[in-house]
Amino acid sequence: MEPADEGSEWNDITGANWHGLSLTDPIKSVQDKWLLLPAFLKVKGLVKQHIDSFNYFVETDIKNIVKANNKVTSDVDPRFWLKYTNIVVGMPDRNEPNAIEKKVTPNECRLRDITYSAPIMVTIHYTRGKNIVQRTVNIGRLPIMLRSSRCVLTNKTDPELARMTECPLDPGGYFVVKGTEKVILVQEQLSKNRIIVELDTVKGIVQASCTSSTHGGLKSKTYVITKKGKIYLRHNCTHEDIPIVIALKALGIQSDKEILLLTAGNTDSYKAAFSANLEEAAKLGVFTRQQALEYIGSRVKVNRRVVGPRRPAWEEALEAMATIVLAHVPVNGLDFRPKAIFVATMTRRVLMAMEDEKMVDDRDYVGNKRLELAGQLLALLFEDLFKTYNTNLKSAIDKVLKKDSRTNEFDAFNTMQLQGDHLTAGFTRAISTGNWSLKRFKMERAGVTHVLSRLSFISALGMMTRISSQFEKTRKVSGPRALQPSQWGMLCPSDTPEGEACGLVKNLALMTHITTDVEEEPIIRLAFMLGVEDISLATGTEIYGPHTFVVNVNGTIIGLTRYPARFVHQFRCLRRARRVSEFVSVYVNHHHKAVHIASDGGRICRPMIIVEGGRPRVRAEHIELLKKGSVTFDDFLRKGLVEYLDVNEENDTYIALYESEIVPSTTTHLEIEPFTLLGAVAGLIPYPHHNQSPRNTYQCAMGKQAIGAIAYNQLNRIDTLLYLSVYPQQPMVKTRTIELIGYDRLPAGQNATVAVMSYSGYDIEDALILNKASLDRGYGRCQVLRKNTSMIRKYPNGTYDRLADAPPDENNSGQVAKKYDIIQMDGLAGVGERVDPGDVYVNKQSPTNAADNSFSGQAATVPYRNTPMTYKSPVAGNIDKILISDTENDQTLIKVLIRQTRRPELGDKFSSRHGQKGVCGLIVNQEDMPFNDQGINPDTIMNPHGFPSRMTVGKMIELLAGKAGVLSGNLQYGTAFGGSKVEDMSRILVEHGFSYAGKDMLTSGITGEPLEAYVYFGPIYYQKLKHMVMDKMHARARGPRATLTRQPTEGRSREGGLRLGEMERDCLIGYGATQLLLERLMISSDKFEVNACGKCGLMGYNGWCTYCKSSKQMAQLTIPYAAKLLFQELMAMNVVPRLILDDA
Amino acid sequence: MDARRLVGIHAERVTDVSSRDFPGHYPDEDHSWNLKKFRKNLTVQVRRVSQRSIDFDLVGVDASIANAFRRIIIAEVPTICIEHVYVYNNTSVIVDEILAQRIGLIPLNIDPKKMEMKEADDESTDRNTMVFELALECTRKKDAPKDTTDPALLYENHELLSGHLVWTPAGEQNEVFRDKPPAPTNPNIVIAKLRPGQGIQMTLHAVKGFGKDHAKFNPAATASYRLLPHITIKKPIPVHLAEKFQKCFSPGVIRVDPRTKAVSVDEENKRRDTVSREVLRHPEFDGYVELSRVRDFFLFNIESESAYLPQELLPEAISVFRGKLSSIRRAAQALLEAPADEDVVMGDS
Repeated sequence: MEPADEGSEWNDITGANWHGLSLTDPIKSVQDKWLLLPAFLKVKGLVKQHIDSFNYFVETDIKNIVKANNKVTSDVDPRFWLKYTNIVVGMPDRNEPNAIEKKVTPNECRLRDITYSAPIMVTIHYTRGKNIVQRTVNIGRLPIMLRSSRCVLTNKTDPELARMTECPLDPGGYFVVKGTEKVILVQEQLSKNRIIVELDTVKGIVQASCTSSTHGGLKSKTYVITKKGKIYLRHNCTHEDIPIVIALKALGIQSDKEILLLTAGNTDSYKAAFSANLEEAAKLGVFTRQQALEYIGSRVKVNRRVVGPRRPAWEEALEAMATIVLAHVPVNGLDFRPKAIFVATMTRRVLMAMEDEKMVDDRDYVGNKRLELAGQLLALLFEDLFKTYNTNLKSAIDKVLKKDSRTNEFDAFNTMQLQGDHLTAGFTRAISTGNWSLKRFKMERAGVTHVLSRLSFISALGMMTRISSQFEKTRKVSGPRALQPSQWGMLCPSDTPEGEACGLVKNLALMTHITTDVEEEPIIRLAFMLGVEDISLATGTEIYGPHTFVVNVNGTIIGLTRYPARFVHQFRCLRRARRVSEFVSVYVNHHHKAVHIASDGGRICRPMIIVEGGRPRVRAEHIELLKKGSVTFDDFLRKGLVEYLDVNEENDTYIALYESEIVPSTTTHLEIEPFTLLGAVAGLIPYPHHNQSPRNTYQCAMGKQAIGAIAYNQLNRIDTLLYLSVYPQQPMVKTRTIELIGYDRLPAGQNATVAVMSYSGYDIEDALILNKASLDRGYGRCQVLRKNTSMIRKYPNGTYDRLADAPPDENNSGQVAKKYDIIQMDGLAGVGERVDPGDVYVNKQSPTNAADNSFSGQAATVPYRNTPMTYKSPVAGNIDKILISDTENDQTLIKVLIRQTRRPELGDKFSSRHGQKGVCGLIVNQEDMPFNDQGINPDTIMNPHGFPSRMTVGKMIELLAGKAGVLSGNLQYGTAFGGSKVEDMSRILVEHGFSYAGKDMLTSGITGEPLEAYVYFGPIYYQKLKHMVMDKMHARARGPRATLTRQPTEGRSREGGLRLGEMERDCLIGYGATQLLLERLMISSDKFEVNACGKCGLMGYNGWCTYCKSSKQMAQLTIPYAAKLLFQELMAMNVVPRLILDDA
Repeated sequence: MDARRLVGIHAERVTDVSSRDFPGHYPDEDHSWNLKKFRKNLTVQVRRVSQRSIDFDLVGVDASIANAFRRIIIAEVPTICIEHVYVYNNTSVIVDEILAQRIGLIPLNIDPKKMEMKEADDESTDRNTMVFELALECTRKKDAPKDTTDPALLYENHELLSGHLVWTPAGEQNEVFRDKPPAPTNPNIVIAKLRPGQGIQMTLHAVKGFGKDHAKFNPAATASYRLLPHITIKKPIPVHLAEKFQKCFSPGVIRVDPRTKAVSVDEENKRRDTVSREVLRHPEFDGYVELSRVRDFFLFNIESESAYLPQELLPEAISVFRGKLSSIRRAAQALLEAPADEDVVMGDS
């Protein structure tokens, strides 16, 4: 779209006077302003935060990192240098040198178990002899995030995506590493470089802390704490706490008067509270800066360097104060003034909190949080790997240069080529294991990445919006788990797991954006231009003057302003005019008398309509243009109709929920749509605002287990486990969110006709009754596809695995044994064949001497043994697909997908969209089902006892709306805080001759007489959950035993026994059922006959005691094998257990 | 109308659901079963017959009898459906099991009386098995327009329809089924969609079966009944509420005199009422009207979706019913004749 040609249309609308309408004319309310939401999602996408973050890393951050480490020199040859001038991440390609078609698609990577990665190319300048040479080198490969700017899928149309066997609804934002899809979850952290004041009520301590983080990656935490009424500076680099006055003196503020002014200002109570600190410094005899530095220097932990002389204490202190303490505050030359003011501010905050407990900060407040995304984590990883790479390169170069006589000129390019795949391996390892262990940054994190769950479309989507917190799960604190009021609109209030991670794992709301870093220098310059006075020129009196506000940029104090409201207003105007990035936030904190400007990455923000003069700036006309498709969301931003607000800036605004609620002269913003406060997963629930809130939370957990369509490419995928619904339907009662995320195109459930009544007694405890005819016709039918992988290996000794055709049956010549009957000539089972339990579907054979590295004969002549793949499931399946391919390291890979088609059976789990789960309790023939006047039988009968205690009114309304939708032939909406109204639904029902209440008169299918009660009857969207009886049922009479103890194995997968545990044992003891105990614990478990000697009490064998050398008093007794094992183990430890035999 | 025949319809409940005209319930009244009386009361009147459905009234029987017919039609009137599918080739996106299930649900026009039941271990013969062939290959049309995305224009055989089933007569079937060659009742059911390169080749065996085994053998789409609505206006409806009163019922049920605004029930059309109970919702009609339904007046609706004509289904059900009765009679007879201490074998075996 051309900005120029649509510009005139825009100007018509945004101009002061258009179409001759004046300001007093009645205002049309902005209908359909929710249309901004699809427009937003079109630009931003559902997982834009991941993609933006990755793009920022690939396009900007990676260049900054290289710039910061751009030179490699040699200790041996001072004339040699190598400089990185540029770094570029290319497009993903096939990492095979002799491939003709270099292009690669993500789905190929998934299928072939390879990594979807792109080469990292650096441009280097370096000296070769006397010349300076420029070359471009590939230093490694970076896994590429799907749908990022480097991905082949970006900006492709649906047909193009289809050709690449990729689903257009797939959100992207994950990586494909060694064939598995990996997500780097969003991590929640406390914001960096900000002062947080906390109160420990138990110890009565007030502390202000600040975690400094600079781009160098250094992280350190500085505290200003109270201890016995006095204030100290605490930092890891000192052995003990430094009295605050000494710290300030060391930072160059020598006079006590100045210290007092900078900390306590002119407030008498603060002065009184602070005076003790001045006294302490005097007592310690510290008066000058030199003395203060000596004092600190003697307490600094010195990193002893190997070379160089020892430095005096004050120098150590100076260095520590300049570079380690509060590292993020810049020290230019030796100008410590800004840092001193920062420390003074921290002190003042402590003083304020000491006087008034309310002045503490809330660390759970979302405005104090920053979200760390894939890009930041990858940047850290890259920096670490790149630095190691350079050190390795340097030592390699040194090694070559050390040799004096070289035949040809030294070329660093060749050395670089020989560096191996340090970066590639580093990235792959980190992403596939999830261990981010970066020694350089003291970072040791496990579980950063997760395998993308593909159980259902929603589970994959839900994973992309998930935020994990760094808090320990075991700690029993409620604060971090509680719902924070500042989460409104940013984090979904419903979508959190139950149990230990409750409240710690959160999900983003629908319309959120996470910021990336924006350069702060231009912002600082702008602030100065808007009249901010430099902080270095101010004294304490001015800083804490009655009308002055301190201006902070990303936590560092830059200056003062006396007109905060004007400053903030002007700043916002500039932002709306796009002179500053739209993601820079500015707000006034009246408690601290400060203006904060934030441009750092990781803040959560969301767009809102700007209200001016009591009218939203977005008018109906703009929406018309949006409907026509001539403008996008970015145009709204550019024209200053809509802006992003972060959590802190929200506090500075008055936001109206609906247009009617706008109060002229106060309201500043209008919410785009209230339902965006829910996340993508909670957005599936119809009428969630009518449900008891935990029910919505339960549904958020269950929606991820529903079986449905997974992606458009679901039949081209080979996942470890894939659940597919045979006949998925889009819900009768939709929500706007459903349409936006594409759940109507990839649904997971069916619209079942439900009768809410009791039937047969097999429906207690939420069990459902299913109609057998519905099952016959395909209701709830699903497919389970399981992947089985085998490698046809080539071994180092030259031998290799092979596939063989079916061997002839030994007993029945000319025939093939039953278990080989589906094997074809190529040694693989035929696609479509039924696999029965025990059947072989890949008839692989391995050489018997594969591990023998000394073997040097003919590879073809070696003996082989059978290593087939055998089907283990108790239920037959069908071969769905067989894939034969090569992996990156040239091994043949065979993937066999085996499919089971299942119809619902007794015990299968179903759930509606309201956290109401239940298992199938009974399957009833159609003729036994009740029917209504139209002859409709229900598909499902649900017991009404599910309603009173659960209070899921939303489910009832869903039924009503669904029924009305069926009768009127359209889909109804159950969008949160809106949706089709019950009154309208009832009217439709009455118009079609039904009762307004949705209750029908049913006739019993068994007696044929009418039922005495009216039954709530209509369609409800039901999901089939992945928990199926077939995967769980287990019983054993006899079976395998563990080798060591000879007791039955444990677990269904090993055909294990059912444990009679301690508590069950206690019951039997209490009951006195000794024989039963004996049978359960020994006879049926690990009974063992031993020969024991009555004389020495030791065990012998064959009626012979080896200790007594006699067979006289040998007795045979039965003991558990585990007991016999214990005795032997004790004997091995030089403990003699003796069996005292007695005739009882 | 006899009040004893009525089922009461109230705002929140249904009363007098069961019949009570069994002997001994009403003192001093003779309710013993009497063929003459039964004959007098019993009427079956067909209201509407079409190609696929029938509406008829069954009056004067107990709910258990009416329900028995309904249940038998759904579960026990035999039909012919495809039961075994032999897949030689299936390269469509729909997998074999699902395709088989879909094919099984196709109604066939084969008269079940002309075929025998095939028991589990029976050999397939021309008497108990009907064989169909299904083979289709999707290809690109050579002269397809360039700019279209319509599969009908682009490809040949892009849909596998029920009409593609080809009957392969075996043995005497050619003779027996000459006048009505076996085929699906509807040739336009989409079984699968195909694209170039995809094809299907399979052999299908149809057998006789019952609805209680699988819903595909159910000969009817709907077989159900409702009770005749009955409306009693107890006091004249106020004139200003007449229109509103009329709107509380289905169109045509309530007559409002255009001049006097007098309200009356159209006895001919009261069967049209859906008994939405809307009138009970409005407090202004409290006490004016009583809703009820006639307990032994069954308005049957049967939609056939099989070889049977809609009007054949009830007689078919009755004959199945009679068969059941005769076997019970035989068993009862056996019970009667058997010595007191011997096991009685019921049924045919």
